[in-house]
Amino acid sequence: MLEHLIPVLAGTLGAATPLIFAGLGELVAERTGVINLGVEGMMLIGAIAGFAAAADSGGGALAGLPAGAVAGMLAALVFAVLSLSMAANQAACGLALTIFGVGLSAFIGQHYVSFSLPGLQPLDIPGLVDIPVLGRILFHQDPVTYLGLITFAIVWWVLRKTRLGLVLKAVGEAPDAAHAIGYPVIAIRYGATLFGGAMAGIAGAYLSTVYTPLWVQNMVAGRGWIAIALVVFATWNPTRLLLGAWLFGGVTILQFHAQGLGIALPVQFLAALPYLATVVVLVLISRDKRLLQLNLPASLGKPWMP
Amino acid sequence: MSTPPPPFSGPPAGTPRLELSGITKRYPSVVANDGINLKVGPGEIHAVLGENGAGKSTLMKIIYGAVQADAGQIQWNGREVVVANPAEARRLGIGMVFQHFSLFETLSVVENIALALDEPFDLKALAIRVKEVSTRYGLPLDPDRLVHSLSVGERQRVEIVRCLLQQPQLLILDEPTSVLTPQAVQKLFETLRRLAAEGVSILYISHKLHEIQSLCHSATVMRGGKVTGTATPSRETPASLARMMIGRELPVCEVPAYTGIATPALTVSKLSLVPDDPFGTRLQDIELEVHRGEILGIAGISGNGQAELLAALSGETTSTPDSVKLVGLPVGHLDAGRRRKHGLAFVPEERLGRGAVPSMSLADNATLTAQRQGLVKKGFLRPKAAWDFAKRCIERFDVRCGGPGAAARSLSGGNLQKFIVGREIMQQPIAMVVAQPTWGVDVGAAAFLRQTLIDLSRQGVAILVISEELEELFEICDRIAVLAEGRLGPAVPKAETNAEKIGMQMSGLFAPADKEPAHAAA
Repeated sequence: MLEHLIPVLAGTLGAATPLIFAGLGELVAERTGVINLGVEGMMLIGAIAGFAAAADSGGGALAGLPAGAVAGMLAALVFAVLSLSMAANQAACGLALTIFGVGLSAFIGQHYVSFSLPGLQPLDIPGLVDIPVLGRILFHQDPVTYLGLITFAIVWWVLRKTRLGLVLKAVGEAPDAAHAIGYPVIAIRYGATLFGGAMAGIAGAYLSTVYTPLWVQNMVAGRGWIAIALVVFATWNPTRLLLGAWLFGGVTILQFHAQGLGIALPVQFLAALPYLATVVVLVLISRDKRLLQLNLPASLGKPWMP
Repeated sequence: MSTPPPPFSGPPAGTPRLELSGITKRYPSVVANDGINLKVGPGEIHAVLGENGAGKSTLMKIIYGAVQADAGQIQWNGREVVVANPAEARRLGIGMVFQHFSLFETLSVVENIALALDEPFDLKALAIRVKEVSTRYGLPLDPDRLVHSLSVGERQRVEIVRCLLQQPQLLILDEPTSVLTPQAVQKLFETLRRLAAEGVSILYISHKLHEIQSLCHSATVMRGGKVTGTATPSRETPASLARMMIGRELPVCEVPAYTGIATPALTVSKLSLVPDDPFGTRLQDIELEVHRGEILGIAGISGNGQAELLAALSGETTSTPDSVKLVGLPVGHLDAGRRRKHGLAFVPEERLGRGAVPSMSLADNATLTAQRQGLVKKGFLRPKAAWDFAKRCIERFDVRCGGPGAAARSLSGGNLQKFIVGREIMQQPIAMVVAQPTWGVDVGAAAFLRQTLIDLSRQGVAILVISEELEELFEICDRIAVLAEGRLGPAVPKAETNAEKIGMQMSGLFAPADKEPAHAAA
């Protein structure tokens, strides 16, 4: 039993990593009142940029991740200029960005179809990896997965304990009041949106250079949408987001194993399971309307001009 | 800012703390401030008196740096300054308490205060200081409470404490008492007097004459963007101040006796509602009865269930059939349109958005609510009938506008309110519910609206008025009840109560109030 469970749980952490990055980025942006539905597009742009950089430079994932971050940020910049500086509808801009990302990544990606990359070897944390059971689950991961957890800790700490976190929340809550006290609302929203883009880009690049290091068209496969859903159902709380990402990762790995064991269910159904399970569980968790209302950034999605 | 202000060592004797000269601000359609001069000395409480639209708020925003003047000079402690933004105003030592609070609902008191201070981020230390300062000035506050759970008066304390922590030399208060009970007003005045005694200058913006007379050392009166006079309020009478403010005598309403038979027209019984909105107020066991020929006033600070009660009466929120009855007919389960058909009329608080569709013409707006006038036949509009209806309403109620085709948003607050009230009256309702009838309306239109409501009631219509303005309720109502924390007190004939008793009830005390409660507002 245990020898089956350890690889499942260990795999869960890796499968959750892209959602942790993309979700944290979107969470920060939404805290300031910006809803960017372009996460899927930014992830795809990050994925292809990361893959191209990794393949062409020969630097592998170490070159791919920064390239993905920069590409994701540029995509977010387009969104920010339209929806923040020009106060265009955020939902429409985000959807357009996703459609653009799908097309652009497929276009550039045609040169890389069936290319593969070396990926990243798991990094054992000395000492800790020898802890029985837990060591193999938690401390035998690829470096980016550790980075994701560190990022989570930093975002949690900043939102919870620092003035910056308070300002982000204040801007999302009441941009007029924040402006009246003298905070640069638009600049803060730009910063949060670009952070969201960089995070989505890293998430995409992780998928294409580390998680499944070969190029397949549309390889993000809806994870961007799941990240957006996670943020809402997690009621803009990073810890819940982390749990949601692990749930998604866990079911993803489980269904792989189920496929491997030849369970008599259509593959398509098994492949859909992680999405289904995540959405159902999160909807159940977030049935508390009060909780949702209290945490909802009041200005979410509303264009604001000084 | 290029040069920091020198450390404050007190201005030379006789130098005003703030001196404005020739401040002018033009907007495309109006000159909001036209050559304003104003002088405030250290420790002086200076009133800026004027009607809505006189340009008071614009002037204060210019002082606070939120708006830039087109012309004129600001002297601060004898030096000319340019206040580019609110942050700079705060650095100079200018604090402002806004009329519409600039607080963040889902943050705690101390977090709200921390956001406005330019100092190292340490919530624990700040919470201790908040406690100290708030106790010292008699403004008790719990630093860890979330703002959305505070009463309006407590929110104002947060704003004031936030200003005080910045050790201001000038404090601007914009209509600070519009949301306070009479008792809370007295406490606020004590705080302000203490601050003034410590040398803080205060600019006090208001249109309430008695407040200015009891609090302020001096006053600048504005009308139509200009200064029409300066005065020492204690040496004036309310009438003479009013003349300066509105340019003529203060109009007075005539309240004749009702000669018809007073039968119940609108009855609410055992109405309890839990709001969907987590920031809303729960209504508990509301009981009220409005008779034909009377005006029943509901006093109270908004946020105590006013919005919820209004929605329950108008039909925006439905309840059990028997909880609302119109001349004995259960209508509690009906939507707003059906209730109108049965003879209930409404004038909501928000004129644009609830009372009228801003972008639509007056004629179209009339069609939307005139169910009883046959402006729609078998699902087809009758534009001619709607036009005539709107035209009659405009003529009868003296609505100054571009005719029935004018968009609702093009009318001033007072004229739009006259149109909405007129439109409802022309439905020949059995009962009418009016919220904040004269909010943001100039004195002339307000007097007209009040007289219109009195006259309507004397024709046998039952009228329910929900208002924050106690003076208004005492002027027009026959009976007054208080809504506090979602509970409605008993309706008492006007002659048997007074502002003090009503104020006590506003703090949530319905017991017979004959002595000072122990810090009711705390």
